[in-house]
Amino acid sequence: MIKARINGIAVTVPEGTTILEAAQKVQIKIPTLCKHPDLPSTAACGICIVRIKGSGKMLRACCTPLEENMEIVTHDPEIVEVRRSVIELILSKHPNECLTCGRNQNCELQTLAADFGIRRESFPQFLPDIRPDASNGTIVIDPRKCISCGRCIQVCQQMQNVWALSMLERGFDTRISPAGDISLADSPCVKCGQCSAHCPTGAITENDETVKVWRALQDENKYCIVEIAPAVRVAIGEAFGFPLGENLTGKLYAALRRMGFRAVFDTNFGADVTIVEEANEFVERFTKHPERLPLITSCCPAWVDFMEKFHHDMIDNFSTCKSPHQIVGVLSKTYFARKKRIDPAKAYIVSIMPCTAKKYEITRSDEMFASGHQDIDVSLTTRELARMIKQAGIDFASLPDEESDHILGEYSGAGTIFGVTGGVMEAALRTAYDYITGGKLKNIEFENVRGLAGVKEGTIPVGNHTVKVAVAHGLRNVESVLDRVRRARAAGEELPYHFIEVMACPGGCVGGGGQPYGVTDELRVKRGRGLYKDDEAHTVRYSHENPSVKKAYKEFLGEPLGEKSKTLLHAKYKARPEYKK
Amino acid sequence: MTATVVLIKDTDACAEDRARDLQDVFLQRVKDAGLADTVQVVRARELGIYNKGVAIKLLPRGDSFVNVGEADVPEIVASIKTGAAVAERLVHHGGNEQVRIVMRNCGVVDPESIEDYLGRSGYQGVRRALFELTPEKTIDEIKTSGLRGRGGAGYPTWLKWSLARGSLGELKYVICNGDEGDPGAYMDRSVLEGDPHSVIEGMLIAAYAIGASKGFLYIRAEYPLAIKRIQKALEQAYGAGLLGKNILGTPFSLDLEVRLGAGAFVCGEETALIASIEGKRGTPRPRPPYPSDSGLFRKPSIINNVETFANVSYILTAGGKEFAKIGTEKSKGTKVFALTGKIRNAGLVEIPMGTPLRTIIEDIGGGVAEGKKILAVQTGGPSGGVIPEKHLDTPVSYEHLIELGSFMGSGGMIVMDEDDCLVDIAKFYLGFCVDESCGKCAPCRIGGFQMLKVLEKITDGKGTEDDLATLGRIARAMQKASLCALGQGAPNPIISTMKYFAEEYRQHIADKKCRAGKCTRLMRFEIIDEKCKRCRLCVKNCPVSCITGDKDKGYVIDQARCIKCGRCFDVCKFDAVARR
Repeated sequence: MIKARINGIAVTVPEGTTILEAAQKVQIKIPTLCKHPDLPSTAACGICIVRIKGSGKMLRACCTPLEENMEIVTHDPEIVEVRRSVIELILSKHPNECLTCGRNQNCELQTLAADFGIRRESFPQFLPDIRPDASNGTIVIDPRKCISCGRCIQVCQQMQNVWALSMLERGFDTRISPAGDISLADSPCVKCGQCSAHCPTGAITENDETVKVWRALQDENKYCIVEIAPAVRVAIGEAFGFPLGENLTGKLYAALRRMGFRAVFDTNFGADVTIVEEANEFVERFTKHPERLPLITSCCPAWVDFMEKFHHDMIDNFSTCKSPHQIVGVLSKTYFARKKRIDPAKAYIVSIMPCTAKKYEITRSDEMFASGHQDIDVSLTTRELARMIKQAGIDFASLPDEESDHILGEYSGAGTIFGVTGGVMEAALRTAYDYITGGKLKNIEFENVRGLAGVKEGTIPVGNHTVKVAVAHGLRNVESVLDRVRRARAAGEELPYHFIEVMACPGGCVGGGGQPYGVTDELRVKRGRGLYKDDEAHTVRYSHENPSVKKAYKEFLGEPLGEKSKTLLHAKYKARPEYKK
Repeated sequence: MTATVVLIKDTDACAEDRARDLQDVFLQRVKDAGLADTVQVVRARELGIYNKGVAIKLLPRGDSFVNVGEADVPEIVASIKTGAAVAERLVHHGGNEQVRIVMRNCGVVDPESIEDYLGRSGYQGVRRALFELTPEKTIDEIKTSGLRGRGGAGYPTWLKWSLARGSLGELKYVICNGDEGDPGAYMDRSVLEGDPHSVIEGMLIAAYAIGASKGFLYIRAEYPLAIKRIQKALEQAYGAGLLGKNILGTPFSLDLEVRLGAGAFVCGEETALIASIEGKRGTPRPRPPYPSDSGLFRKPSIINNVETFANVSYILTAGGKEFAKIGTEKSKGTKVFALTGKIRNAGLVEIPMGTPLRTIIEDIGGGVAEGKKILAVQTGGPSGGVIPEKHLDTPVSYEHLIELGSFMGSGGMIVMDEDDCLVDIAKFYLGFCVDESCGKCAPCRIGGFQMLKVLEKITDGKGTEDDLATLGRIARAMQKASLCALGQGAPNPIISTMKYFAEEYRQHIADKKCRAGKCTRLMRFEIIDEKCKRCRLCVKNCPVSCITGDKDKGYVIDQARCIKCGRCFDVCKFDAVARR
């Protein structure tokens, strides 16, 4: 342990603790801008500077480990003046467009400027003349607002291993851009949106499509339907001052009805259908076609894009089952529309997702038009929905809880844990166990696929068999899992896994790229816990026992993996080039 | 009789005719004296002697003769043959200020011949380390020598090595920093081109001392000859069993490779250099961890400059004690400077630490041009400081230069005379750092740019009193909050000129005048009617057509439209355009 003093206060911390972390332990807040708890320090901004008592030199608190007997000063007139100068310098290269920026009132730079009480522009502004890049329709890069903190680059290169983003030029002209200065659409970007979730300013944001939705809601010829993803319900509260991770499903349903949606569905219903299809797919491969194992989940569109670009040798192992929101979409425009006698051409379906990649998924391939129309018309992120609720003049915090429309809204406990890493695996195993053994699991909570470890492994005894599973989240973690499969295949050895779940975002959808800002591991755990509690609170905890799902199969779909299911609920994959041109 | 090399150089002019003629005479005389097999006559580029006619230097004897004419040749040839003294009027005295350790072999050996290097006690240092010393004792030898890093910061070399030696790891790296980038500096290039083996030997010793088995020479791609020579030297060293596996039959192995720098100044910073070798964007990263703990590919590494390694091979050959006899208490050995600017004898000089700046500039460099006065000298490259004339008696050492607000740097030394404008000079250096900023950290990326804009404002005649405070404020932010030495040092030229030449700034801001006439925007061009011959040359050349008039009335410059480009001043053949 290291013993030292910060501003005269004694502190004892483990070796390797940074000055920044040690200061937090004794309630001292050193201002930072580029540092993000998810990422190693880039040391780019120079705002967290502190000094050793008596020394003229200043150190960066974010990346300097505390040493024995150090006496650190975090605030003195010179330090504060230097910090203020640096902030003002950063502001001199950042447009004063706060009022019209997507990050207004939710921007780390704005907060810092406010905290420092900056009231005038000390330095003239010099802004580059670069247009925003909105080419891929999911995220928008506005390099003018970039402060070159480097978070997005670390996210894209280190956390996600996608390498779409990089720094171009140097010195004053340094800017973020896809490598080679191509458009985002032509780059390897998989649209996970983690860059936008980590950006401290408005330089990378989701492509805001709220206007489209307002327009549809005001159009009398349209029958507006909405569905919400599992992870949204435990994160939306952050925008309205609720405790972190609180499940606000009932209030969400109520708010969406008040906004004008005529049917309020739940993606969790779709998750239950996905599980029924995918568990059948797994059982079929596991019992009849082991050569087609492992089965790999495909409900994460960023992972699908990543696989199609970087790992297309695994296409045959991908579950062909569509993602839950697409299932709700196609069933809305077929099953629901027929029952309600609605012209599917007039049905307008909005999905509320924790995700930016869903904006891409809705037109990803021909199968996303299985209803004969575009199955999902618009996909919004949690962040966009929070803004819409505020615009609608709804006092969200005081809303009474409401129910969803059960036909495509009722869900099981298994469906709701889709939103957290390991959840799809857990839900699928519950159902698959029943299918294979005809019996129920004693303990349906699979602790070893829960939690935030990058790769989680487990073996589950199923009847006379053992099912070996792996769960990976954060795309960097996928490679080692796939490589183990490839090595075993090449060597003709037994497969290391039968079933693999992959989520592109760390923590799964609760940590999605479209979720409210400020995500940390602590927050991921809290959001995840909200979903596990939702699961526990359900009496039905098996997807295939969801009464509305059973009814849908009975009245409309027929058999899982049957002809109709195959047409409506399954999709194809193809290899795509990393670079378009 | 030992072999002798006769070096000939015309020290008055760059024209080679006289030297060539004398070489012919010499060759004939040598032949006549029957010495053709033992005496080589070579025309040299540089002898360190200036303005003294044709000069001759004899090697290995080392004595020099000046103002040598054809008639003097027989006497010198006789001296070679018999060792007899040469007439006193020919003997060159002086030039003793320089002591050549780093450049001990430059110009003496054929850089493409390992035999030449071996003939000058080459690779004796590494032999001594391998066969007589342990790695620890090798580091002790460097400690005794007092050698400090020659790349700029002056970190004790032994300490750096000893930290790397103490780091655990199977694989360690030794890296030679040859990314010399200071404007006007070419010390490292000269060593790499003139004596590549001394650098390789230094790296061998370092690798042995810290336990490294792999090394890189990071050399900027703009040095093609240096790269060629180093590569040739590497081949030769491999061929001689001095590189590769089991060097000289010992268990010690080392592989060296050349990596080319793509021209980014910041890649001379050690962590940026490491990133560059790793194939990443060349930007610095925060330290700790220091490279000695976690450097190239996260392995313990040391990075030393070319000049440092050239010193190391000398120290192990001659002994640390011998080296420590030279220099001051805290700065040992010699330092090579690239002396340029308004100096008569520009070139590389190697002087013992502690030599006063004035000796370097006036005695070795021959001072500034006739009738001009030295104004200041700039050391330490673009992030060094400007030292005014009144401090020229300061001895050159790490500590003394820092006291004056400059620093040693890698060895650029630029002399300025009264025709130079210090505000303009400061703007030039800052402009260099702004161009070369990697853009990673905000204080350097934006601070440098904003400071440059303020300086441009001042030299454009739009400066205000507040600008000086703004410069000071940004400078502090850059010095304290920049990530690496480039940003921390970039404001130094401004701070030191603001300190020593405050009056110049005041003139630019308050009087809108540039004493030296360098800041053209502060100039006023006028046509002196009495001198004007009405040739209209100025009118034709004015790019904004602001000179009007006719042959009867004469011509005038419209001051409101004049862009102060100075074309009229340059083209006028009758000195009829005044620049004020």
